Amino acid sequence: MLRFVGKRVWEGALTLAALVTLTFFVMRLAPGGPFSRNRKISPEILEHIKATFHLDEPVWQQFGRYVWGLMHFDFGPSTRFRDYSVGDLIASGLPYSLTIGFWAVVIASMVGIALGIAGALRRNTPTDYLAGVVGVIGIAVPIFVIGPLFQVIFALKLNWLPVGGSDQGWRSLVLPIVVLSLPNIAYISRLTRGSMIETMRENYVRTARAKGIGPRRTLIVHTLKGALLPVIAYLGPATAGIITGSILIETVFAVPGIGRHFVDAALNRDYPLVMGITLLYGGLLILFNILTDLVRGWLDPRVRSDG
Amino acid sequence: MVEIAPPKSLSTFQLQLRRFRSNRLAMLSVAVLALITLACFFGPFFFPFTGEDADFDYINAPIDFGSAHWFGTDDFGRDLLVRVLEGGRVSLTIGFLGAATAGFIGVLYGAVAGYAGGRADRMMMRAVEVLYGFPYVILVILLSLLFGGGNVALFAAIVFTLWLTPAVIVRAQAQSLARREFVEAARAGGMTARQIVLEHIVPNCISVVIVYGSLLVPEVILSESFLSFLGIGIKEPQASWGNLIQTGTAAMGTDLRLLLLPGTLLALVLFCLNFIADGLRDAFDPNDR
Repeated sequence: MLRFVGKRVWEGALTLAALVTLTFFVMRLAPGGPFSRNRKISPEILEHIKATFHLDEPVWQQFGRYVWGLMHFDFGPSTRFRDYSVGDLIASGLPYSLTIGFWAVVIASMVGIALGIAGALRRNTPTDYLAGVVGVIGIAVPIFVIGPLFQVIFALKLNWLPVGGSDQGWRSLVLPIVVLSLPNIAYISRLTRGSMIETMRENYVRTARAKGIGPRRTLIVHTLKGALLPVIAYLGPATAGIITGSILIETVFAVPGIGRHFVDAALNRDYPLVMGITLLYGGLLILFNILTDLVRGWLDPRVRSDG
Repeated sequence: MVEIAPPKSLSTFQLQLRRFRSNRLAMLSVAVLALITLACFFGPFFFPFTGEDADFDYINAPIDFGSAHWFGTDDFGRDLLVRVLEGGRVSLTIGFLGAATAGFIGVLYGAVAGYAGGRADRMMMRAVEVLYGFPYVILVILLSLLFGGGNVALFAAIVFTLWLTPAVIVRAQAQSLARREFVEAARAGGMTARQIVLEHIVPNCISVVIVYGSLLVPEVILSESFLSFLGIGIKEPQASWGNLIQTGTAAMGTDLRLLLLPGTLLALVLFCLNFIADGLRDAFDPNDR
């Protein structure tokens, strides 16, 4: 087990190192800098700005400085928002993004698993078809179409919830969370249904029933445990989906989270901020993949040995 | 002499095709998708104006099938229907071309890695694993910034991030194929590694590739519209479903039409592609039910 953990952590560190290098050089090579505006800047001022942000040093020295900073959790200054460091901006946005992401995962898991079980137990009945329709809609209709539609229906027409922003406490978070959980409800319910049907055919489930264990207990203790393995395996990639989603959701609902910061930074070519958020997302994704692997290894001994 | 009719036997591929044809939902999806594709590619020619021509007599015109602008115009007086069709042309082209290119790269990479085995395989797969650990959308955004924006940049960025899945799948397939007798025989018969990969490994992976490749198409289309929606992909005045939806969201408080037409069409295409992918999987992958 320890070797398994060590291997995963080592791979994660390698990925993160590659991500740091790649983002750094991609950002240096990308055309147009944060200071190339239409307005002419006098050469002296440009020199001064470059010196402030250490852009006058050789590239490898800048890279070294950046990596050195990262090791001290210093992401550098933002080139667009004077007086703010990238760390400050991330810290201001992270609570919103984490709240939305966390609840979206919780709701998606609960509703998705419930729908999947219902579909598997009542195959080819209206319940199953309903779950199937929800699944297909969640997968095929992008959240940047559902989001605005929900805004029109629940905010503009019915006036139940605010259109967006963050000034109304939990009320402003309801729509973003619900919309973000929809595609994941779809994936999780499909996955649960499929693996439930497969697991119900397994020999050990039949054995449990033959031993006289009641249907409810067989379902909860035996079938569900086996059936949820692929679902747990999906939670790692789901984090990636939540990251993607949070970018869209925060744009659609004008939430000042890090996804919104990321898009603004990309459009404004605020490279340090883009890099900082990329690394944060990358780190989160790697962390969740490792956690997922660990939980799977813990639940299913077969996973540990497959390398 | 009596002519003996050859026994009517069907190849595996014909059987798979027949199985796919009997899937009504998938066939309906093919028809709808074909219709939308035709409309997007040829529809705009039937209008006397293009999606970038502004008609100043009709600014923000509502839906009116009697006028020249069936679904009205946007706030520049540009015809909505034509813009949506032209946007579809871009989205569908990038979708299919992107999936094909990503699939092609992935198949070759995976086939070579799987056939070569050993150290080369480990190195190649380690690279894939590292790239897999990246947050996909972030990577697409970074790359499209690197390539300077525009259609080609968008295309390159999407392909660059999407070839990984086919590579992994084909590699697994190639690995098991490489140990089979007919590959052994080919090697003994003096075929070079290159010939074996191209003539034995790749063709035998095709059905897996078709199944997973069909899932790539909606993913590419979604990525494209996603980026255009954020303002990073295809930019005005060129239309794409993503940036049309973006424009629609800005005006949704007063006029839902601008959001609904491109949104519905995008959702419809994604529905069809998903059903087709499901149908292909059921037909080509007997292990899966």
